[in-house]
Amino acid sequence: MAELNLDDAVVTTRLDAIINWGRKNSMWPLPFGTACCAIEFMSMMSSKYDFSRFGAEALRFSPRQSDLLLVLGTITNKQAPVLRQIYAQMAEPKWVISVGVCASSGGMYRTYATLQGIDRVVPVDVYVPGCPPRPETMIYGAMKLQEKITAEALKARKDHIQAFYDSMDRQRDLEAEQGLTAHQAVRSMVLEAGQTGAQRIW
Amino acid sequence: MIQTGTASLEPAMSNPVAPFLPVLILLLAALAMGGFIVWASGWLLPRLLKPRNPQAHKLTPYECGVPLFQQDARRRYNIQFYLVAVLFILFDVEAAFLLPWAVQFKSNLASFGVMLAFVATLLVGYVYVWGKGALEWER
Repeated sequence: MAELNLDDAVVTTRLDAIINWGRKNSMWPLPFGTACCAIEFMSMMSSKYDFSRFGAEALRFSPRQSDLLLVLGTITNKQAPVLRQIYAQMAEPKWVISVGVCASSGGMYRTYATLQGIDRVVPVDVYVPGCPPRPETMIYGAMKLQEKITAEALKARKDHIQAFYDSMDRQRDLEAEQGLTAHQAVRSMVLEAGQTGAQRIW
Repeated sequence: MIQTGTASLEPAMSNPVAPFLPVLILLLAALAMGGFIVWASGWLLPRLLKPRNPQAHKLTPYECGVPLFQQDARRRYNIQFYLVAVLFILFDVEAAFLLPWAVQFKSNLASFGVMLAFVATLLVGYVYVWGKGALEWER
């Protein structure tokens, strides 16, 4: 091994390792705040808890400039296609943190109007429990995501996102064929996935 | 003829612009280098490095995740809106003058007369506007 003779003068690495190192330390969060978790998120971003310590201080309110979707709150069935559209419009590679029990599982809202977990409509990477979770819990979730990014293969992430785009195409076809609105199409896809046992539509 | 150490000085004395030839070469080289850096960092490197995955849904216009309300935002508005806005500003200024005057008013006949003249001037304008039909929305 030639690099052994060079001692500390040269550092060698794998391409995916250095790319993932860059990705995990430069996350650009997009807050999708629909409930009280968004209030805790403000605390997480501001000086006391300071999420920018993890390289994620550049908060953006446009999906074009962000690659970390933070879903902060209850997602209703009507909101589900909006969430899917926002996630589709984000820059790649992209990750999703589901913050709080409402986003993760519907939480206390076990009703016909609420989506029982956003992982039915978008791919979620980390679930943060709590109602609402404390800022420390959210930061722990973000650190878990960083661990996940460190370990993942570049191709796997790409395929993961492509599977979502394919589901968007299926949704568009369903809308066109049956003349449905976006939320009707997503609702029927979610119900069908629930009957077949797949539970998720992407 | 004075003997000089180098022969290259000879033509330089004859042509006063010639000593600046290296400056011109340096300038051109700097422009070329600058142009290359801008091209490479703005066009070539992003093309080589950025993840590129165009998708139909990703490229749709961003409107908070909902379908577009209208395809084209450039619409024509009725000129009446402009007229009403200008008239509003005129009479808004009148109200802005009247209010502090009314607060400070202490049965002073001179100041009353001045304000009366001001309001009368505006009244003439109001009658003119009314007569021209600027206040009628439907024509």
